[in-house]
Amino acid sequence: MIKAIAKTRASTDVYAIALTAMIGLGLIFAAGFSHAAGAHDVAHDTRHAIAFPCH
Amino acid sequence: MLRHLLTSALIAGLAAGLLATVLQLAFVVPLILEGELYETGARLHFSATGSPQSPVGHPSIWVEPARHIGTFAMNLVTWSGFAFILIAGFAMAERAGSRIDTKTGAIWGLCGFIAIQLAPAAGLPPELPGSVGADLATRQLWWMGTVAATMGGLGLFAFGRGAVAYGVAALLLILPHAIGAPELDTYYGVAPAELSAHYAARALAVGAASWAILGAVAGAVWSRPA
Repeated sequence: MIKAIAKTRASTDVYAIALTAMIGLGLIFAAGFSHAAGAHDVAHDTRHAIAFPCH
Repeated sequence: MLRHLLTSALIAGLAAGLLATVLQLAFVVPLILEGELYETGARLHFSATGSPQSPVGHPSIWVEPARHIGTFAMNLVTWSGFAFILIAGFAMAERAGSRIDTKTGAIWGLCGFIAIQLAPAAGLPPELPGSVGADLATRQLWWMGTVAATMGGLGLFAFGRGAVAYGVAALLLILPHAIGAPELDTYYGVAPAELSAHYAARALAVGAASWAILGAVAGAVWSRPA
């Protein structure tokens, strides 16, 4: 029983970690690679400073 | 667990985004503004008279204050993105028995700098506005491949055991550069070489500092007692 609970807990943790990483990827792609013109202008200096290949 | 992951990443990302913005405004943005003088033709190097000389100096960063609000906002988003990935890495490493604190966090941050900025810059150096590059999709593909291979290589060096693991790690670090970044067969630069070189070095130095800050703050908030 305890083992089963521990196992469930561990896999929940893996989902939580994966979700965190996915949020991170989403934010980076939105800020660094979005082609919307508005996003591009606002992000211009940030993208140059971090050297994202964006245009 | 999820709450700790998300709050730690947000705190570290916002702190690093704020400090990265300050560093960029002080050291990187002035050179971007100077580069734009050549991009727009407001200033010419190698002009019609044939003189390869032009005055040194950048416009004040306060000419367009609204522009920096955008930079600040995008830094908050970008560095939060980096923070979420870093914190996910911390959590995985702790499951594998690693200890994370402020100092190891800073080392993680510097590894992030190597994977996301330094290694790609070896093939695609930070560009002043107005630089002309090879086909965008090909460059993005090489950039992503290089980031992934470098992360994998550094991770294997840190957590792998034995000669095979280290050999594969070295191969992963070298492979993107052996393949080579997409490049043009012509130089198009309109800005002085000194300005471009200074810009590339500045962007990397500020990136390294920002990543070290991100890693240290992330390590501190992640390891704080619940």
